[in-house]
Amino acid sequence: MIHSLFLINSSGDIFLEKHWKSVVSRSVCDYFFEAQERATEAENVPPVIPTPHHYLLSVYRHKIFFVAVIQTEVPPLFVIEFLHRVVDTFQDYFGVCSEPVIKDNVVVVYEVLEEMLDNGFPLATESNILKELIKPPTILRTVVNTITGSTNVGDQLPTGQLSVVPWRRTGVKYTNNEAYFDVIEEIDAIIDKSGSTITAEIQGVIDACVKLTGMPDLTLSFMNPRLLDDVSFHPCVRFKRWESERILSFIPPDGNFRLLSYHVSAQNLVAIPVYVKHNISFRDSSSLGRFEITVGPKQTMGKTIEGVTVTSQMPRGVLNMSLTPSQGTHTFDPVTKMLSWDVGKINPQKPPNLKGTMSLQAGASKPDENPTINLQFKIQQLAISGLKVNRLDMYGEKYKPFKGIKYMTKAGKFQVRT
Amino acid sequence: MTDSKYFTTTKKGEIFELKAELNSDKKEKKKEAVKKVIASMTVGKDVSALFPDVVNCMQTDNLELKKLVYLYLMNYAKSQPDMAIMAVNTFVKDCEDPNPLIRALAVRTMGCIRVDKITEYLCEPLRKCLKDEDPYVRKTAAVCVAKLHDINAQLVEDQGFLDTLKDLISDSNPMVVANAVAALSEIAESHPSSNLLDLNPQSINKLLTALNECTEWGQIFILDCLANYTPKDDREAQSICERVTPRLSHANSAVVLSAVKVLMKFMEMLSKDLDYYGTLLKKLAPPLVTLLSAEPELQYVALRNINLIVQKRPEILKHEMKVFFVKYNDPIYVKLEKLDIMIRLASQANIAQVLAELKEYATEVDVDFVRKAVRAIGRCAIKVEQSAERCVSTLLDLIQTKVNYVVQEAIVVIKDIFRKYPNKYESVIATLCENLDSLDEPEARAAMIWIVGEYAERIDNADELLESFLEGFHDESTQVQLQLLTGIVKLFLKKPTETQELVQQVLSLATQDSDNPDLRDRGYIYWRLLSTDPVAAKEVVLAEKPLISEETDLIEPTLLDELICYIGTLASVYHKPPSAFVEGGRGVVHKSLPPRTASSESAESPETAPAGAPPGEQPDVIPAQGDLLGDLLNLDLGPPVSSPPLTTSSVQMGAVDLLGGGLDSLMGDEPEGIGGTNFVAPPTAAVPASLGAPIGSGLSDLFDLTSGVGTLSGSYVAPKAVWLPAMKAKGLEISGTFTRQVGSISMDLQLTNKALQVMTDFAIQFNRNSFGLAPAAPLQVHAPLSPNQTVEISLPLSTVGSVMKMEPLNNLQVAVKNNIDVFYFSTLYPLHILFVEDGKMDRQMFLATWKDIPNENEAQFQIRDCPLNAEAATSKLQSSNIFTVAKRNVEGQDMLYQSLKLTNGIWVLAELRVQPGNPSCTLSLKCRAPEVSQHVYQAYETILKN
Repeated sequence: MIHSLFLINSSGDIFLEKHWKSVVSRSVCDYFFEAQERATEAENVPPVIPTPHHYLLSVYRHKIFFVAVIQTEVPPLFVIEFLHRVVDTFQDYFGVCSEPVIKDNVVVVYEVLEEMLDNGFPLATESNILKELIKPPTILRTVVNTITGSTNVGDQLPTGQLSVVPWRRTGVKYTNNEAYFDVIEEIDAIIDKSGSTITAEIQGVIDACVKLTGMPDLTLSFMNPRLLDDVSFHPCVRFKRWESERILSFIPPDGNFRLLSYHVSAQNLVAIPVYVKHNISFRDSSSLGRFEITVGPKQTMGKTIEGVTVTSQMPRGVLNMSLTPSQGTHTFDPVTKMLSWDVGKINPQKPPNLKGTMSLQAGASKPDENPTINLQFKIQQLAISGLKVNRLDMYGEKYKPFKGIKYMTKAGKFQVRT
Repeated sequence: MTDSKYFTTTKKGEIFELKAELNSDKKEKKKEAVKKVIASMTVGKDVSALFPDVVNCMQTDNLELKKLVYLYLMNYAKSQPDMAIMAVNTFVKDCEDPNPLIRALAVRTMGCIRVDKITEYLCEPLRKCLKDEDPYVRKTAAVCVAKLHDINAQLVEDQGFLDTLKDLISDSNPMVVANAVAALSEIAESHPSSNLLDLNPQSINKLLTALNECTEWGQIFILDCLANYTPKDDREAQSICERVTPRLSHANSAVVLSAVKVLMKFMEMLSKDLDYYGTLLKKLAPPLVTLLSAEPELQYVALRNINLIVQKRPEILKHEMKVFFVKYNDPIYVKLEKLDIMIRLASQANIAQVLAELKEYATEVDVDFVRKAVRAIGRCAIKVEQSAERCVSTLLDLIQTKVNYVVQEAIVVIKDIFRKYPNKYESVIATLCENLDSLDEPEARAAMIWIVGEYAERIDNADELLESFLEGFHDESTQVQLQLLTGIVKLFLKKPTETQELVQQVLSLATQDSDNPDLRDRGYIYWRLLSTDPVAAKEVVLAEKPLISEETDLIEPTLLDELICYIGTLASVYHKPPSAFVEGGRGVVHKSLPPRTASSESAESPETAPAGAPPGEQPDVIPAQGDLLGDLLNLDLGPPVSSPPLTTSSVQMGAVDLLGGGLDSLMGDEPEGIGGTNFVAPPTAAVPASLGAPIGSGLSDLFDLTSGVGTLSGSYVAPKAVWLPAMKAKGLEISGTFTRQVGSISMDLQLTNKALQVMTDFAIQFNRNSFGLAPAAPLQVHAPLSPNQTVEISLPLSTVGSVMKMEPLNNLQVAVKNNIDVFYFSTLYPLHILFVEDGKMDRQMFLATWKDIPNENEAQFQIRDCPLNAEAATSKLQSSNIFTVAKRNVEGQDMLYQSLKLTNGIWVLAELRVQPGNPSCTLSLKCRAPEVSQHVYQAYETILKN
């Protein structure tokens, strides 16, 4: 099982180590540094690195490498999932997960890590259980603790730890009982030169924020549940009920959680809400190239596309770009060759446009690779797959909660080849 | 007010100051001091000097302070064992605390202190905690047993903790069950022999119940444990699968993959005709696709596993090609894996899409990725024949880009395409030649030289081109040198008049100026061949090359089956069995897929026998057993007319064997199979058929050169046995045996006259038999056989007689006539006399065939009392025409992969597992005609034991 954990920043300093079994010398990380050096970018460091006596499994998030050391055969996904859970927990505790924040809270971090694993076996990874064991630091609590001498460490066994619903603590009380659900869909797509879709799929999630008193039992039903043929549930969802009736029935965790994630695959027709027209031309032995992109709405079901940004990694041969946008602002970094254009809202009558010239290295032949355009956008009040919640009911408690559903569509990995 | 204040130091010295604070009277100050100590510890500073002071803070009712002190203890107890003893009392007391959190914390911490003296005190509290009323304490205690086992395995066994742990599998609380399973699995890993997790239908049922209720991590432990179970029949397998399937919808990807493992393994037991089998296949695809939308690290592990799954069961993901398309900002390790799977899934249906994608990738920035994409295009051409033309034109487009590494990769793959589709795309050679100067990588240079040599007759300036390479001969890598040598010899054989000088030059460069033995030897062989018999040289060097197989990097089927059992583990990421890399030489139990148990399977197998296998193919010609005698009696026993023509091919194969044996071992493995000079000579080889005296002097020269490598050795010959006792045949006793030498089979007979009268007019006839054995010449007994006289005769046999399946398969019914009467007897011939000399299969071919033959055709045998090592076995078997195609060493065992071919063209593939020091070895046979397996096994046994 998981032996040790090292936290390494991007400049290669180990700023935290935790061992759950015997102590493993930090020199084991040298193998990791070697791999880090070989990889051109931090994202490219391979997640599994063998060393003569150990294996290093790592994830890279928030510019920190979380490197787990294992010694025996352990499912790597287990370790990687766990590492992601650690990051999520830190984020949950401290709001952000960054090197300074972890250093500022090193003792809490250490206590939390100790609670999360025992002898390398996961112990408590549900954030509501952890928060009962180790209370997250708040300014108020720190002040109170210094005055009263009380501690951040809970001295009672968390109630959820062993119940059939480990994700929910008992004795939850709210004055305003509310349950909000966000249906968020991200479109991953590759569009080719001519504008036709090569692949398109929707990664959807339903995130919930449930603040309900007692032990509420909720059911959520959909107008068109047949869309959901590839789903992953939060453990609270009763699978049998879903299988037989296509209804989500669950006792929710307290607070924020992801109820469900789903995947609408390429075979179903995925609507593409934007189009990108582009004309990027390099000419041999000319030091000027032409550049023009236009972004416009395609299938938006009458909704507005907002928060549009366009980024593109230009070829190395491009020295500078002189462009004029019809709206929004743009930047080009001549060092990283990254072009980014913050477009904002798309007005269907006047599709935004960015046009101008590129100065190329004089005398060099035209670049081998074509830049790929990356698109970000948001559409409020729309789930592009057409998924619609029918109703939400609550059983088991007497009060009437506030209920709310929000829909949103976003670009995920949305790429246009040129 | 953040923890970073703990890192500030003062001039006085940190340790000194901390010491003072730890001994402060104020609780708050103490706690702050311990926090500073912990903070220093987390960044790797040595604060062990403060041990006594920190331990003094342990006796407290403040839980946070207690936890902090425990954290410190776990880290430093080992370095201060004597001091650590001071903590024992507090631990023991805490184990009795009314608060279960404290009890659990104490037992948990004690287990982490790896000091012998402390573990002695741990036993009693641990025993109590394992039976604690609170499940939280029980589950903590379960893990503690695993900790203790790691420190002192003997102690755990002596104290009977293992049994208590086993009892916990039936605990009422699912979390306790999961932890007990996890602990037992970890202990079992270091104790492969111990039967800790003896799974039976009852315990499986308990695990399946707990599976629904425990945490995600617990589910992983339970699923991994379930995967080790072998259900007793397909019904049980199906019911487990049904209960595991809901896990495929879990949000935790590790749970999903562990569930996939269980299903992939148990699926093996289900019959393909079941509706449920199809349902299961359909259910497996979506979760695998979903894994690909997770974080890149998870994607990577998932992709490595999908790579295995796609090889084992391509049907699961055959419609999901698009999810493997590469996004330009995927990390490189994800890109490369996706590309691999794209090629595996490529088929005629989706090839257009795949090619368009690959072409796109070939213009990306990352060099490694671009190279692999170009290679992928070549692999598509070889895999999907219909696409070859488009692939070639795509490659030509890429060559036009003039990007150096793209051009080189393209040339390497075009060479493979030429091998696969000879004489089809030569029109592109001109384009390739234009890029000759830009090639600077050995592999690309070698490929180009191969192309020039192979198509020398169509390239006007082939000699100039090759000559240009020759200038820097000594600076080239071995790969290029060998290729250049072969290429020029080919050129010479095609255009002898203009290139004599060139060939002289390269031969002398290779033989006189080179230190490389491979190069020198190859040079000598060519030289001798060319000088003694140019015709033979032509036959050898320009021989038709065996086709290259489609998939070049398939995992060996046995290894693949093993790896399927390890889905989700490190083994699946590295595509190696755990024994190949897990630390510490701990014995690892081999896992294998469960055999199929459904009874309907055996009935199917005969139908799967291909057309090449006569036995069982012509049921209509098999007469009832009763007719056999009549059949024999009706034989015309007059002296056979003219002998049927000798099977020319088999005799000449003998000649080739000479060459093959000698040359193959001389040449070694050709790098990457580029050579193209495969020394399997065509049947029209100009070598005399009889191998006695008339062997060309050139050849015998060659054998001198190889100092006996190619010595003649025939198959094993059993001692003669009495086939027909004298009393049954009116005084004629016949004993005999079968031999196979240089491609011809003969029956060595010994006839003894035990009667009182002279015997004359001998004749022999065979009944129809399974392999068409028939006398190739009349039985010639020159003089009459007088009483008490014995004569030895060698009767040549052919395999062109009429065929009928016999029972047993190798039964031969013989009739012998003399002047007294006709006598009948039957004998069993050893199958190895039918093993032909060209039974060596190409490696790739072997892999493909092995994969192709259905698993139910596999038979396994034990050969006992055969204390041979792999080399000895190889050479013994080789002399009986069982050829070793590949050899692999798996944790001390040698795995020999062997092929043999029967006279009627049936291929038999074998895997022989030899373990040094163990007298028995295991033989697995795969053949499209499974009837022969038993007899091949007997042949193996005979050969190996003699």
